[in-house]
Amino acid sequence: MNAATASRYTAEYQTIAPALPGQTVPWLKRLRLEALEKFSAHGFPSLREEEWRYTNVSAIEKKLFSPVLGFVPHPKLRTVNTEWVKSHQLEDAWSMVLIDGHFSAELSVLDGLPETVSLMGMADALAKQPDQLENYLGQAVSHSEHSFIAFNTAWFTDGLFLHVPAGQVLSKPVQLLHVVTQADAMATTRTIIVVGEMAEANVIETFAGVDNSYLTAAVTEVFVGQNANLTLYKMQNEPEKAYHFGGTYVKQAKDARFTHHNFAFGGLLARSDIHTDLGHASECELNGLYLGVKRQHIDNHTRINHLKPHAISREIYKGVLDDRARGVFQGRVIVTEDAQKTDSQMSNRNLLLSNDAEADTKPQLEIYADDVKCGHGVTVGQLDEKSVFYLQSRSIDEETARNMLTFAFANEMVDKISIKSLHDKVLEQVLVRFPQEGIEKSWL
Amino acid sequence: MLSIKNLTVNVNDKQILKGINLEIKAGEIHAIMGPNGSGKSTLAHILSGKAGYDVTGGAVTYQGKDLLDMAPEIRAREGVFLAFQYPVEIPGVSNIYLLKAALNSILKYHGQPEVDAMDFLTLVKEKVRLLEMDEKFLYRAVNEGFSGGEKKRNEILQMAILEPKLCILDETDSGLDIDALKIVAQGVNSLRSPDRSFVMVTHYQRLLDYIKPDFVHVLANGQIVKSGGAELALELEEKGYSWLDEQAAA
Repeated sequence: MNAATASRYTAEYQTIAPALPGQTVPWLKRLRLEALEKFSAHGFPSLREEEWRYTNVSAIEKKLFSPVLGFVPHPKLRTVNTEWVKSHQLEDAWSMVLIDGHFSAELSVLDGLPETVSLMGMADALAKQPDQLENYLGQAVSHSEHSFIAFNTAWFTDGLFLHVPAGQVLSKPVQLLHVVTQADAMATTRTIIVVGEMAEANVIETFAGVDNSYLTAAVTEVFVGQNANLTLYKMQNEPEKAYHFGGTYVKQAKDARFTHHNFAFGGLLARSDIHTDLGHASECELNGLYLGVKRQHIDNHTRINHLKPHAISREIYKGVLDDRARGVFQGRVIVTEDAQKTDSQMSNRNLLLSNDAEADTKPQLEIYADDVKCGHGVTVGQLDEKSVFYLQSRSIDEETARNMLTFAFANEMVDKISIKSLHDKVLEQVLVRFPQEGIEKSWL
Repeated sequence: MLSIKNLTVNVNDKQILKGINLEIKAGEIHAIMGPNGSGKSTLAHILSGKAGYDVTGGAVTYQGKDLLDMAPEIRAREGVFLAFQYPVEIPGVSNIYLLKAALNSILKYHGQPEVDAMDFLTLVKEKVRLLEMDEKFLYRAVNEGFSGGEKKRNEILQMAILEPKLCILDETDSGLDIDALKIVAQGVNSLRSPDRSFVMVTHYQRLLDYIKPDFVHVLANGQIVKSGGAELALELEEKGYSWLDEQAAA
């Protein structure tokens, strides 16, 4: 679309490229070059592209965000408030921290992590085991998917690599904490999560930052092995001037189970793509909750590819939009000719709390097999009047009833979190938006 | 306690209640029976303040006050309770949260101090045992994923905790198996008292085997066509409702 502004980023590229990881890894060098060419030719996605028609990213072009380079690895030498970082860490999890797009070993907590599990920064992983990474990086998503992927592929400064070997069941969740501390910074990261055959893991991606304008551009590629089980949480709570572009791209092997919980609360403009390719008899569950206030624009874009028979997909996305906020949900389910006996359900429900709030919802079913069970439903509107009356009939006044039901609408998604510390953190955020008088936390 | 005088009600310009007269004294149990579409549920809804009904004539006085003039939550605080035919599922709100919010708003309305968490739990657990429910129910979302019987029992649990003056049971027995019916009836019977009245709207006589009414009224085509004692219910069981239509037509 806008080659002129894209060129502001590309013009800078040659000066920053030597500082990017993997310079000595031929396959990556080649991949980055291809991606750079793709990005230079196309620029950022435009409203003319079907999958971007509701989300205008021109602000990112107008404002030049710069990668944080010449990075000083030790937190004490930087202006990072370590207590603040710690406040985002979950106490019952192994925690990996990325600050301004760079892995910080000092702030990460890995005590007791089994030696068989690999968990490290992406730059370190590329230095230590580039051949292994070639099997994954760019394999769950191609840089030709859209130009943000191309951008990420060319520009990523670091990221994380998690490999859970076959048969291993992780006893604690792994938190991947992304924080941005500098104004006008661009944190471009690539993360790879591999869960081997029969293995099980819970992983949490948390996104937070100091109250500045900055850009997070984070791509995560996920590989769930045969009969393996991964639950992945995304807690996006960026400050109100931040831009967030996240992509989660998943490949599920035969019988693999993948559950994703996407909490999109923060940012001025936040877009998340969650795509999964389903193998034979695999199952995926995609849950999402987006809460928009003021002028927030929150876009979630999911794609479920039923590639093989007997797979099951379940998707529920809910949004609560107030003030002038805008929520976008685009959910595609593609059932290929091979994917007989597919069982798929998708729903998107939006609650509008103000006349100026807007929800754009676009479910798409593309079915090329003939023996399948697929359903979808969307709603955009107000609270269910029957429920309001039910609460009134129990002596609760109308305003309180509406407040309870709005909270409940959101809390239904929070309830699905099975990690206690994360549940409490997310709930805290929801209660900030929808305070409940006299409620005991243990009752929720 | 409750006095309904010549009440006429329209729904979408169609007359559903065509002049209802009913007097209910404190401590009495009244059963309202009748065929489907007779207006039984409309009457229950009108008393609880549900929107969507046009009262075109008549009056309803509850404890000397104009009931129809009160918002639904005010009626509830004044002691009117409707046990719903189809209780609403409220995912995301736990039973215990609803119960405490409800009880405290009633206490507050009457200028009484709110109940603290410990006393409240003691009270709630006692009532849970009365209805032979699992305590885990308290922490589950209101009616979500409950069976039909569990939902009805949950309504009676709420009633037991909120201790209303006028209890309206709308088809509480529909869809209940005999064991669940006995438990619900036991819950209702335990709440009987000289200053509490019940209006039981039902399609089936079976409920009345377990909760004995003082009066039975037959509602047909928007009017009470016959009133009597508990024996009227047995007569209806035997003959069905069709003889009443003939009588009304005659």
